[in-house]
Amino acid sequence: MTQAQNSASDQSTFRVRATFAPLTHLELTNFEPGRFERELEEKAQQAPMFFRESPLVLSLERLADPDLEIDFAQLLDICQRQGIKPIAIRGGNLVHQTAARGVGLLVLPANKPHSGAEPALEPAPKVEAPAAPEPAPARLTKLIDHPVRSGQQIYAAGADLIVTAPVSAGAELLADGHIHVYGPLRGRALAGVLGNTEARIFCRSLEAELVSIAGQYKISEDLQNGSEWRKSVQIMLREDRLVLEPI
Amino acid sequence: MARIITVTSGKGGVGKTTTSASIATGLALRGHKTAVIDFDVGLRNLDLIMNCERRVVYDFVNVINQEANLTQALIKDKHCDNLWILPASQTRDKDALTKEGVERVLNELSERVDYIICDSPAGIEHGAFMAMYFADEAIVVTNPEVSSVRDSDRILGILQSKSRRSELEQEPIKEHLLLTRYNPERVAKGEMLGVQDVQEILSIELLGVIPESKAVLTASNQGIPVIHDDKSDAGQAYADAVARLLGETVEQRFIEAPKKGFLKRMFRGNT
Ligand SMILES: Nc1ncnc2c1ncn2[C@@H]1O[C@H](COP(=O)(O)OP(=O)(O)O)[C@@H](O)[C@H]1O
Ligand SMILES: [Mg+2]
Repeated sequence: MTQAQNSASDQSTFRVRATFAPLTHLELTNFEPGRFERELEEKAQQAPMFFRESPLVLSLERLADPDLEIDFAQLLDICQRQGIKPIAIRGGNLVHQTAARGVGLLVLPANKPHSGAEPALEPAPKVEAPAAPEPAPARLTKLIDHPVRSGQQIYAAGADLIVTAPVSAGAELLADGHIHVYGPLRGRALAGVLGNTEARIFCRSLEAELVSIAGQYKISEDLQNGSEWRKSVQIMLREDRLVLEPI
Repeated sequence: MARIITVTSGKGGVGKTTTSASIATGLALRGHKTAVIDFDVGLRNLDLIMNCERRVVYDFVNVINQEANLTQALIKDKHCDNLWILPASQTRDKDALTKEGVERVLNELSERVDYIICDSPAGIEHGAFMAMYFADEAIVVTNPEVSSVRDSDRILGILQSKSRRSELEQEPIKEHLLLTRYNPERVAKGEMLGVQDVQEILSIELLGVIPESKAVLTASNQGIPVIHDDKSDAGQAYADAVARLLGETVEQRFIEAPKKGFLKRMFRGNT
């Protein structure tokens, strides 16, 4: 009986189909609750069709201050009052991403690595017309063959990251996949930032300020006390714990 | 076409202006037509170190705003041929340095000289950005201490990503490390980072090591760049750096290998 049901997979109660629905993006440059609500109200009245009953993505890629503190619960409240339903954020830093997940939002990778020094283009939230869907990117490896310096951030969105040069203290590497560093790793390395627990970090000399996989992290102090400091190691998650292994 | 060389650091007070004056003078003494521009709008002091502050009529911002032409604003150096100074304005605000304006002045100057040295202000604000944006080469002035090294590292990152060369995807800016105010005794005592330590962190080519020297203060009080003082350690170290900048191979001096002191320290810790 059960067997018969299982084999008849075409009689399943659902079918998975990929479709391309347009996603409206709300690009935040700043977030001041009062002002945000006023502007959102205006926009929603001008162009109700943009918002109602359509999935909305909050893009954090153009924040004037990329590390701006955002109260996502408050932000969702405001959106709800205007009849708007955000389903995800795009980009943002780790704090944003963690907080967004906490209130049930999905986290989509940034379209491009955000650079802290980039000037804000517009002072106010901006509404974009529904954009044509982007084709799913091929899974490529991002290769960096020059030193990554203090203050620089490299993000391999949907990809692995290979750095063949030193990564300075104060630099940050992010990847949705694995991270490989062939120079000394002195900065921060965060692999599997969208939650991929299979991601790993490989490095030739572990001198990092922080390493993290899918949100589990160890800071420099912990690392320096271990026997793997300045050694060739791979770092992975095993039962939710970060494990360091010599290679 | 002139070679544009920016003297930069991120941190203030490390010796950028001292270096700009001596490197520019050194290139001129070697027969190359050279102009040195003070980008430190509001704080100008290159003209003090080069003793031409009483001859300033027009400045860099005047030329950018087309209130004066280059010929009117360039000050001919008193101590050597082939050298001109373009002083910074003391009064105007930093936004007076527009990208278009700076580019126009650099292009025009390029027709007249072989080298343009840009003395950058401290920080990573607009003025520093303008001083580095058009550079072909950068001399990153660093003191042997952790915070200065970190700032230089940051500047190197900006040079890589926010310069004209990087935006046009041309060959990247040629980076040189100049360690200044180097005190071998303090390095030996472990109070300062050694040459190797700094080079290991920054991993760029070493243009030279300028020792901490009384001659620098004397020279700047007299308004004569220290490279003219060829008896002094700092003067000789700058002359070596200029030779290396011109592609010559000159052995490093004034380093005094800190090895012995370092080992001693290590063993003292264990006994
Ligand atoms: N090699 C050196 N030895 C001793 N003093 C130095 C040396 N280099 C620079 N100084 C001193 O350090 C101070 C800052 O130098 P300056 O060239 O004005 O730095 P910056 O332009 O980076 O702010 C000045 O008082 C200068 O005389
Ligand atoms: Mg200065």
